[in-house]
Amino acid sequence: MASAAEIAKAYEAQDVRRRWLLSLPALLIIFFAAIGPLAIVLVYSFLEPGNYGDVIWKFSTDAWVSVVLERDIFDDTLSFADAHLSIFWRSLKLSLLTTLLTLLIGFPTAYFIATRREGTREIWLFLVTIPFWTNLLIRTFAIQEVIRSEGLLNSLLIWTGVIDQPLRILFTDTAVLIGMAYVYLPLMVLPLFASMEKIDFRLVEAGYDLYASRFQVLRRIIVPLVKPGIIAGSILVFIPSLGAYVTPRVLGGGRNLMVGNLIELQFGQGRNWPLGASLSMTLLAIVLIALMVYIRYAGSGERRHG
Amino acid sequence: MPDQPGSTAIDIVRVSKVFGAGADQVAALDAVSVAIRENEFFTLLGPSGCGKTTLLRLIAGFDFPTEGHILLHGADIGTLPPNKRPVNTVFQNYALFPHMTVAENIGFGLEMLNKPKAEITARVSQMLKLVRMEALAGRRTSQISGGQQQRVALARALAPQPKVLLLDEPLSALDYKLRKEMQIELKRLQNETGITFIFVTHDQEEALTMSDRIAVMSAGRILQIGSPRDIYDHPAERFVADFIGETNFLAGAVESLDGSRARVRLKSGAVLEAAVPEGFAPNGEATIVVRPEHARLAEGEGAALAGTVETIVYFGTDTHVHVRLDDGGAFTVRRQNSRGGEDVPAEGARVAIAIPGAAAQVLRD
Repeated sequence: MASAAEIAKAYEAQDVRRRWLLSLPALLIIFFAAIGPLAIVLVYSFLEPGNYGDVIWKFSTDAWVSVVLERDIFDDTLSFADAHLSIFWRSLKLSLLTTLLTLLIGFPTAYFIATRREGTREIWLFLVTIPFWTNLLIRTFAIQEVIRSEGLLNSLLIWTGVIDQPLRILFTDTAVLIGMAYVYLPLMVLPLFASMEKIDFRLVEAGYDLYASRFQVLRRIIVPLVKPGIIAGSILVFIPSLGAYVTPRVLGGGRNLMVGNLIELQFGQGRNWPLGASLSMTLLAIVLIALMVYIRYAGSGERRHG
Repeated sequence: MPDQPGSTAIDIVRVSKVFGAGADQVAALDAVSVAIRENEFFTLLGPSGCGKTTLLRLIAGFDFPTEGHILLHGADIGTLPPNKRPVNTVFQNYALFPHMTVAENIGFGLEMLNKPKAEITARVSQMLKLVRMEALAGRRTSQISGGQQQRVALARALAPQPKVLLLDEPLSALDYKLRKEMQIELKRLQNETGITFIFVTHDQEEALTMSDRIAVMSAGRILQIGSPRDIYDHPAERFVADFIGETNFLAGAVESLDGSRARVRLKSGAVLEAAVPEGFAPNGEATIVVRPEHARLAEGEGAALAGTVETIVYFGTDTHVHVRLDDGGAFTVRRQNSRGGEDVPAEGARVAIAIPGAAAQVLRD
């Protein structure tokens, strides 16, 4: 006869087996879709490039060194890789500007939607998501049409007499900024709306009642309450902006590279897979740092409310 | 205008408020006029949808009147935004700022008024003391109980020393015992601060126990304004009599009118002396109200009314005797219970009901 303790132990073991079995699909997906590929990229970043792409299985830190440093081909001295650094800087700058621009446009948009009556609110939200239905490439080329020298924007500005020479926007950083802000705007509006919707608007009335002006109500009551949404939206816009590839390619004209384009170049014409891999890992590290900042801020935000 | 006691603090002059447009129009207030005095505890009493909260929001400035004027010490404030009115509100759900501490909440109004830091600190601690919340100054508003939130809301609204404090059903979220405590607390605060309180409630008991004067509202109109005793003892309209307390309605005819008194012949043939409301125009028919505790069960026949006891309900402090009158109507008599007890009639017994001269009141409608 098995003792009660043995039976309990057997059940427990069965429980553990079942738990693992049930989480197996998730574990498989995480391994094959996330950890596995990432590991490959990491390994490749420590190899030597082959002549026609691919890699030579020989350990090397050259790729990592050349992320930030440049080896002079004549005297072998190392100097900062200005090209890479300026591309990283441009990516960072454009992503931050995109985040700021989408926040500036998205905040009043989300506020407008959140203050509509129920029923009409859903219609506005639906309208915000409509651009998602069109392919990104097509939308980006559409923006190209709008902002090119003989495009809609310039024609309109000349016709209204604001300017008399067409503005050169296309193939500049401004074009990339406009494009990215347009593409990622819904990602800002939706989380902002989600946290604005939860605001008890009697708090706004209480603010006015206690002598706050409109601006003070915005700064002292609405913004602190919407902070989780602002952080979430900023992260949702900042991260894909940093890795953006299609928009800077089409609107930046190939001269104003961003990190995404630089990485693509290494796997394509550059035939330097290890460098591409190490650049990818660098980008990932920047994103991780951004996320950690987010978690810290969001965490403290929760505590403030809780 | 000087703030002498008895002068008018808030003057509502023929204020109407219409919500919506076209076919969806809803008149929330219909030419309401009322003068609320300095240092008064004034209550707007009525069922939900009667317009009492709308009127409060118009005074606060969250909505603007469609017609009419709102005067504060003689100056028209009806079109000013809420942050320009020296009037503060205690909200029904308190509406405390969840991202601020108790002390920050209380100091918010003063901060918005650009008061110096030292003054804000002093005033906040004074307010904390007034509502007995000193120990919890640093807490988040989500970390304190409903009754404490209520106190913070009061302190926050009182801190900027408003001319008038508006209270929108502030006690409705509290349980019975806490509500009783806060009623006393509110009266104390009003006495100590000397600020005019305008209190909105649908709870007639709350209105009767706390107010200096009550305005009873229904369907966007004020039906009667008076002291609690006035409203209770001398309801002018059927709605007022019915909404506040329990009442017996009797049909009769006015035989003669002499100033504020009338002789009324009831259907049973008995003749009663009754008080008459202001502006009463006799047109033969009249409704008379008698509060259950003002009528007495009398011995034998010959009293005003006669009938048969239907049910007897015991309430602890008193007993309700429901009588079916001989003319078919119903009448309730309330008797105070006492130790040893007078004898209560049995169900089915014949009883007579006596109505003292001061107990009967003729309604206007």
